[in-house]
Amino acid sequence: MSAQDTDQDSSNDRSDEIVQTQYVDLFQPPHLLTFASGETLGPVRVAYETYGVLNKDASNAIFICHALTGDAHAAGVHSTSDRKPGWWDGFIGPGKGIDTNKYFVICANVLGGCQGTTGPGCVNPVTGSRFCLNFPFLTVRDVVTVHSELVRHLGIKQLLAVVGGSLGGMQVLEWAILFPDQLKAAVVLASAPKLSAQGIAFNAVGRRAIYADPGFANGDYYDSEGPRYGLALARMVAHITYLSEDSIELKFGRRLQDSDRFAYSMQKETEFQIESYLHYQGKRFVQRFDANSYLYLTRMMDYFDLSEGFPSLEAALAQTKARFLVASYDTDWLFPTSQSRELVSALLHVRRHVSFIELRCPFGHDSFLIDIDPLAALVSPFLERTFESTSP
Amino acid sequence: MPNSNRYQMPDPSIQLTDELIMHHIDRNSRVIDLGCGDGRLMQRLHDEMGCEVMGVEVEQSNIVAIIQRGLPAIAADLNEGLVDIPNDSFDFAVLSQTLQQVRNPKRLLLEMLRVARRALVVVPNFGHWRVRMEVLRRGRTPITQALPYEWYETPNVHFMSMRDFRDLMDGIGLRIVKESPIIKGRSVDQLWGSNLRADSAFYLLERDPGKG
Repeated sequence: MSAQDTDQDSSNDRSDEIVQTQYVDLFQPPHLLTFASGETLGPVRVAYETYGVLNKDASNAIFICHALTGDAHAAGVHSTSDRKPGWWDGFIGPGKGIDTNKYFVICANVLGGCQGTTGPGCVNPVTGSRFCLNFPFLTVRDVVTVHSELVRHLGIKQLLAVVGGSLGGMQVLEWAILFPDQLKAAVVLASAPKLSAQGIAFNAVGRRAIYADPGFANGDYYDSEGPRYGLALARMVAHITYLSEDSIELKFGRRLQDSDRFAYSMQKETEFQIESYLHYQGKRFVQRFDANSYLYLTRMMDYFDLSEGFPSLEAALAQTKARFLVASYDTDWLFPTSQSRELVSALLHVRRHVSFIELRCPFGHDSFLIDIDPLAALVSPFLERTFESTSP
Repeated sequence: MPNSNRYQMPDPSIQLTDELIMHHIDRNSRVIDLGCGDGRLMQRLHDEMGCEVMGVEVEQSNIVAIIQRGLPAIAADLNEGLVDIPNDSFDFAVLSQTLQQVRNPKRLLLEMLRVARRALVVVPNFGHWRVRMEVLRRGRTPITQALPYEWYETPNVHFMSMRDFRDLMDGIGLRIVKESPIIKGRSVDQLWGSNLRADSAFYLLERDPGKG
């Protein structure tokens, strides 16, 4: 869910941080994955990356859950000529907040995604054609079930921590109640125990833009251009929700794109810099993301409510065994601090070890991807102390 | 800057205050430390007494320091109450040398006894005779050694005496289980003319089932 395009200097020598995306097929028949909806699927291909080295007793593993449109490529570069490092490269790496000299870090593309893990754009082995909208209905629980299976496949009994922001934070929470013995610590950033009505509203607009695009063809568009205008529009709307009034004002203000004077022409599509920026974001997004995945994943986010199936949020969190670190951002209006507070309050109610802070940062919801230093200052000691407490 | 000629209320040494507080806390109990600073007391309660501790702090650097100790803390402004802390979630709530700095001390005291069974409070005694003298003789606002601020920049926004404190407890239905005047860095169980002679005072409070 990144709005940030950090163009890294390609002249930096990062040859020591070259990583490759790996693939594994899990849930081989007859051990199919059963979705929360009751539907089954298998095998499920998972794209993942790892950084650092797993120690002898496999006690230093940290799983990173990506947000709505992220992927397995969280850190490092794929080649020396790679212009852009992974989406959380400032946070994960040797000597960084999540120190890969110390920890073994795993990040996997989510189930239903479009960046290597099985999703609606993949071919259904049963029918021989793409799933499209016949892909099983997806929930955060299903995503976490696949992550969890990957961890087992990698020979890790218990993770030191699961870390995620936004939709990634929702996965962390779900993981902590679904497989409480699989993680020692949970780091939940700019997230919430459920998506707010406002969040659902924005997702609804995004999906409507895709549905309304004639190129959508009821999801069966892979032989054509697809709903590229709808998807771009969905991204433009969503992108605004990741920013803040301050950050837009700071970055663009009312500045015009290619002139200091108004054109007074309706032919001119992008007059203001913010317009041009959003158009660019939409266009770039279409090149890397699949509209069906966007529909599935936003719907999954809408449905997310940690207390689902429990009498209360407190009852859900009573399942957890991990220690928690929760952080929100003062300018984040998509996942406001009040939602993190609700989570913290419920965790206190069930007497869990929880630390919470609202960080000050002007970049809105995207702050957790941008303002790395204060985040590292919190997360790094939290992980360290957890690691020490588990080391023999 | 504080004038050296002027009376400064002695800093009830941190060590003493910590010992006094720890003396009244049960082993293995759940303790919330309000305005816990860098978590010094929390660490001792955790390490020496097996308490399950939790800190509340407004400063980000202190939150980091507490996390560095491996202890939990939540960032909150005591002026806004303890809304996120559920009822009866702790055995003890500690508030040391902070009450005079919060906007609404009465509300905070009630909040402490909402979230905890017992409250431990250390407050400066502005009824000390030298404070009175300073006001009477020189017509100057007193300055404390621990918080050596001029009136226009002091974080102390309330000036109460032990007598004032007792009156408030009576008025809001809280029971003083124990009162220990602190004089020259020593806590004493009984002190003649304590409201004149104590630099600060320690209180152990609980809800008065008969009132409130």
